[in-house]
Amino acid sequence: MPGLITMDDLTNDEILSILDDAERLLPVAQGHVYLPLLQGKILGNLFFEPSTRTRMSFETAMKRLGGEVVNLGDVKTSSVVKGETLFDTIQMVDGYTDIIAMRHPRQGAAQYAQDSARVPILNGGDGAGHHPTQTMLDLFTIRQAHGRLDGLKVVLAGDLRYGRTVHSLSHALTRFGCELVLASPSLLKMPAEIVSDLKAHGANVVETEDLLGSLGDADVVYMTRIQKERFADEDEYAKVAGAYKLHATNLDGAKESMIIMHPLPRVDEIHPSVDGTRHARYFEQAFNGVVARMALLCRLLNVPVPATVGGEA
Amino acid sequence: MSQEHNMRRVTAIRNGTVIDHIPSGHAMRVLEMLGINRSSSVPVSMVMNVPSKKMGTKDIIKVEDRELTQDELNRLALVAPDAHVAIIRAYSVAEKMTIELGEEVQNVVRCTFSNCITTNLREPLPHRLKVLSREPLELRCHYCGRPQDLEELVHNVL
Repeated sequence: MPGLITMDDLTNDEILSILDDAERLLPVAQGHVYLPLLQGKILGNLFFEPSTRTRMSFETAMKRLGGEVVNLGDVKTSSVVKGETLFDTIQMVDGYTDIIAMRHPRQGAAQYAQDSARVPILNGGDGAGHHPTQTMLDLFTIRQAHGRLDGLKVVLAGDLRYGRTVHSLSHALTRFGCELVLASPSLLKMPAEIVSDLKAHGANVVETEDLLGSLGDADVVYMTRIQKERFADEDEYAKVAGAYKLHATNLDGAKESMIIMHPLPRVDEIHPSVDGTRHARYFEQAFNGVVARMALLCRLLNVPVPATVGGEA
Repeated sequence: MSQEHNMRRVTAIRNGTVIDHIPSGHAMRVLEMLGINRSSSVPVSMVMNVPSKKMGTKDIIKVEDRELTQDELNRLALVAPDAHVAIIRAYSVAEKMTIELGEEVQNVVRCTFSNCITTNLREPLPHRLKVLSREPLELRCHYCGRPQDLEELVHNVL
């Protein structure tokens, strides 16, 4: 199989099967079992813009499976600063590695890289485009909590315009028949072409500015950060951002099983009082980045995950 | 006003290409798409907003001493997909050609999205726009997936 550029590269069955692999790899991700499935393989980490969780979790995933990682390093000191094209950079790394994980500020960069490369590309975010490996860990987290993906009511909240995680996730959830509530300030609404795509796929989508009013019957609330720099002035930001903050007191009427997710880093959109509630899942979600990416690395490198993973380390 | 009268608003050409049934007001865009500009040396005649039975009004272009190729004509699919094209030799129609819009438009225009990877013109891979729908025309960039603004697209001719 080629790389993973958007969620359209995976069928629903493939998604579920990769999540099953991830489930079995949990003890490996936790360090309880050593399973060097990817020994002898090299991952090229090409992060053309800052990343903490995505880059580190790819690296951890590869190392937990016995593989090696080479990094592009700081873009400021690499040949990119000398004006090297993405095409040329990919030609080089393609020769050094077996698989590439990349993040790039330009939208479409991952597809461009895949068209230039022999090895599979894992898109770790391209501008405001897609972030499918994040979607896989989000789906893993949702399934872990609810035991299923289909038919859930999911609220996506915050910056839906520029937030690539919610772009990829909304497409995937729609394919599993989830009902979507898109809660955002009007300035940061989900791009019209994405909403129209979701509706064309038969999705039940509601757009609203009222986050707190949408919590009542939600199964999942997926928060994202609203960035100050998107607003013309600070007063406008303060007014809008205030309506997209969750405090433990806002959760009184929520379903017991409702989970709150966040791709992190958070600033103040989720108050620390939420951390201790049964709803908070964002730190588990960040950990799940490792196990989901382990399963993806195995799948794209055509290395099967054994039906049982045992043998305590 | 007859069709014949329209065609004679400008002199009949001996050899070259006549592009008829261009949507009214789109002739300049057609020239832009074909790369026919100040640096072209061949005579070009253009009439705009003339009456048409089929279209109400239309534009017509005559390019002398140059037979446009099928590839060149296919570029017009973005601005005048229903235009009629005739190759003229010795004052007669020697060949009629149709404009074809395939599944993808490659290396004709570049994506209109300012943050697309293809805005770096040093990147060597072809510019690719996928045709999602013909009527109405909907295009998306193969790389960034953004829908294309057709008004803006004609300014991005390669």
